Order: sequence, then structure tokens, then C-alpha cells
Amino acid sequence: MKLKLQVWRQKNKNAKGSLKLYNVEADEHMSFLEMLDVLNEQLISDKSDPIAFDHDCREGICGSCSLVIDGRPHGPQQGTTTCQLHMRHYKDGDTITIEPYRAKAFPIVKDLVTQRTAYDKIIQAGGYVSVNTGQAVDGNAIPIEGGIAAKAFDAATCIGCGACAAACPNGSAMLFTSAKIAHLSLLPQGQIEHKSRVRKMVAQMDKEGFGMCSNVGACEVDCPKEISTDNIARLNREYLSASLGAED
Amino acid sequence: MRWIINLLTSSIGLKLVMSLTGLFLCTFLLAHLAGNLQLLYNDGGEAFNLYAKFMTGNPLIKFISYGLYTLILLHAVQGLVLASINKKSKGSKYAVSAKGNGSWASKNMALLGTLILFFLLIHMGDFWWAMKRNNLEYVTYDGVEVKNLYKKVQISFKEWYIVLAYMVGLFALALHLLHGFSSAFQTLGLRHKKYTPIIKGIGYIFSILIPIAFAIIPIAIFFSQN
Ligand code: SF4
Ligand code: FES
Repeated sequence: MKLKLQVWRQKNKNAKGSLKLYNVEADEHMSFLEMLDVLNEQLISDKSDPIAFDHDCREGICGSCSLVIDGRPHGPQQGTTTCQLHMRHYKDGDTITIEPYRAKAFPIVKDLVTQRTAYDKIIQAGGYVSVNTGQAVDGNAIPIEGGIAAKAFDAATCIGCGACAAACPNGSAMLFTSAKIAHLSLLPQGQIEHKSRVRKMVAQMDKEGFGMCSNVGACEVDCPKEISTDNIARLNREYLSASLGAED
Repeated sequence: MRWIINLLTSSIGLKLVMSLTGLFLCTFLLAHLAGNLQLLYNDGGEAFNLYAKFMTGNPLIKFISYGLYTLILLHAVQGLVLASINKKSKGSKYAVSAKGNGSWASKNMALLGTLILFFLLIHMGDFWWAMKRNNLEYVTYDGVEVKNLYKKVQISFKEWYIVLAYMVGLFALALHLLHGFSSAFQTLGLRHKKYTPIIKGIGYIFSILIPIAFAIIPIAIFFSQN
């Protein structure tokens, strides 16, 4: 199939970017990233600068791939990362617009690559347990109620890709932060520090310059792991009770 | 004291204020509607005028009303400030904007709020100010002199453009409530599989019925005179 791509090109962080038009011949079995690989081969053989984009595992688990495809982070297919989006969802003659994530806390490094260290910093602020977990123990050694385990697991599937802040009209990181909070606080290992954790992580999130959640819900629509805004309510609840209940 | 500042300047604390003031303003809407529906009584305005006198004369109500003005201002000013911070946090816009993720109202709360604020200025300038400025006619009920606010309302709603301004304001209010009502509960962290659908249901009914009930008043008065 022949496609027209409008791709955001930007030399570096401070340069002014713009959309450039490219033609590419793709195959319906290709993934979206493979289609971009083909275009890049073409650009390299034409001695022009290939398009920079992030990717790593290419199997939907690492959270490296990003891209906003026709206005939607990770493209039009529900619950799918860009690397798992396949060209069979497009038809011959389609025009596709590809832009980088847009959120102030995710500055553009080059073309479609954004710096997403702000999410790492939120994790560093408290998204872990500091108890010594020792050797891997039997999965059933600590009894956890089925429903709770499932909720914690759902939250834990967040791959930290940043699509939530990219989809949010406020550039808010609430879905990501709430997934990390819920994942840990629902489980006994995470309970111990849950009050100080939520306060530290929210403070870091605010410091990184993410916007405030106004409950638009665009994040959960575009999240490739379909993390629910249920978690955001849990985060609000935990933050308010931890802040009001703490002695400092 | 530091903890209060820390809480209220955090992103979640700032929204807590929006949520609580918003819910308080919802209860005010109910009270205001109950009072105003007396305009539709067929008694030449007696019930409404006596009610208006009570609302402006009673010291406790005066006290509450100043609290109310403060909260309206807080909700409006803080809402606009937060919207502008959020706009900056987004930075730049996408060339192509996606459809279908998030309702129009939820993305335009500040615009809707500004429309409501303008409407409120017109509304208060017309009636609240008239009541304060003491240039209303008086009527006498059982020997007591009372300002005839009822007559002022009749005169205002004789004009189609004032009625139209009210319709625009109330329409903006309906959209603002459609998102705001249930959003306030989400911000408070009150979300539950069993109760959230009920809260949402009440929110929809509230957002549609209350503005319609308010809208009936100017429309009925307009048609009774034209
Ligand atoms: S919540 Fe979803 S969209 Fe946000 S970082 Fe996690 S996986 Fe990505
Ligand atoms: S490249 Fe790892 S999730 Fe897409």
C-alpha cells in the first residue's frame, strides 16, 4: 500500500519543528514501527536525516515507543502500543499524521523523541518498597484476596509509556502516578509506606510541571494498558487522607 | 499551619477546593431555585416580594450570602488560574486533534465557567444591585412597605434579549454541571462500583432539570407579557 505520512521534524530541543510530507510503500503485515524503518532506510539512501523515534522491545511491554498518530497517543487501536499497531488497519492512499507526545514535562529531544525522565523521577520519589524482600517466595505465601490481587495486577500493567500525559489536555501525569500508587498500596508489601509514598510521589509529580487532572478521561481512552481512572480516585482518596491524617 | 498550605497548594489540594466549592454552589442553586419559583405564583408578587425582603433583611442570611459571594469568587478565580496553569503544562497543541476522548464540556470548563460568570454579572447587576441601590418602587402588604422586586423582574423579562441572555447562561450552566457534578466526587476520591453510577445519574438529572426549571421562569414571564 502507498501511504502519505506527515511527520513532525524538529532538529533539537530548541529548534522550531514542523510537519514534513513523505511517501512510503508499506505492507499490511508490517508493524507501524517497521513501516517507519522502511521510510528511514529510504531517507538514509537518499542521504537525508532519518526520523528519530523511540522504541525498544517492540512487543508492547517496555513503554519506549510513543508517537501520536492522527491525534492519538499509540494510534487508533484501543489497548495497543504503537509497536503493536499493524499496517493492516490502514488502507492504500491513507494520509497519516505522526507527532511527538506533547506535554511541557516531556520536552522534545529530536523529531518524535521526547524526554520522559519526569516519570522516572516520580517513581524515584517513592514508587518502590524499601523492605528487604529476600529470596523470591512462593506466590501464594502471602494470602491476598482475589479481587484485590486483580486490581493491583491491573494497575501494575502500566508500562510507564507516558501516553496518559500526552493524551491529557492538561498534560497531567495522574493516571501513571495513580497506577503506581494503586499497584503498591493494594498489596501488603506496599501498605507499610503507603502514606508517605503518596505524598512524596504527588509532590514530585507537581514539581515536574505536569498539569492538574480535570477528569476529562482522555488518558484512559488512549492508555495502551487500559489503566482505569478508578486509580485516580484512589490516588485522590489516599493523598487527601494521608495529608489530613499525617502529623506533619 | 504549614501543612494546610502544603495541602492546598498541591495539585490535588487545589482541585479539592474546586470540588468542595462547586458542590456547595450546587446546593445554593437548589435554594435559589426554590425561592425564585415563587415568581410564578399568581399573587401579584406578594410571596416573592416578602421572600426578597426576608432574604435581604435577615442578618444570618446576610452573613451566609457574603460567604456565598466569597465562594463564587474563589471557585471562579481559582478555576481560571488552574485552567491557565494547565494550558501551560500542556505546552503546545497537536496539529491533528483526536475526537472522542473526553467530552467537550470536560475540556471547556473554564470557557463555560466564564460564560456563567458573565451571566452572573448581568443577573446581579439587574436584580441584586437594584435591590441594594434602593431605587425600586414600594408596595404595601398588610401595612408593611416592601420593595417591589417582582415588578422589576417583570419589566426585565419583557425584553427578548434579556431572556435570551438567560437561556445562554443557563445552557452554559447545564454543560458545566454535566461534567462538574460527578467530577467533584471523583476529585474527592469518592468512586465506588455501586455508588458512582448513582452519583452520575443524579448528576445528569440535576444538570438538566435545574437549568430547565430556572429557564421556565423568564420564559413564562416573557410570554405572559408579550
Ligand atoms: S497509565 Fe497507561 S498511558 Fe500512562 S504511562 Fe501507564 S501504560 Fe502508559
Ligand atoms: S517498543 Fe516496547 S512497548 Fe513498544
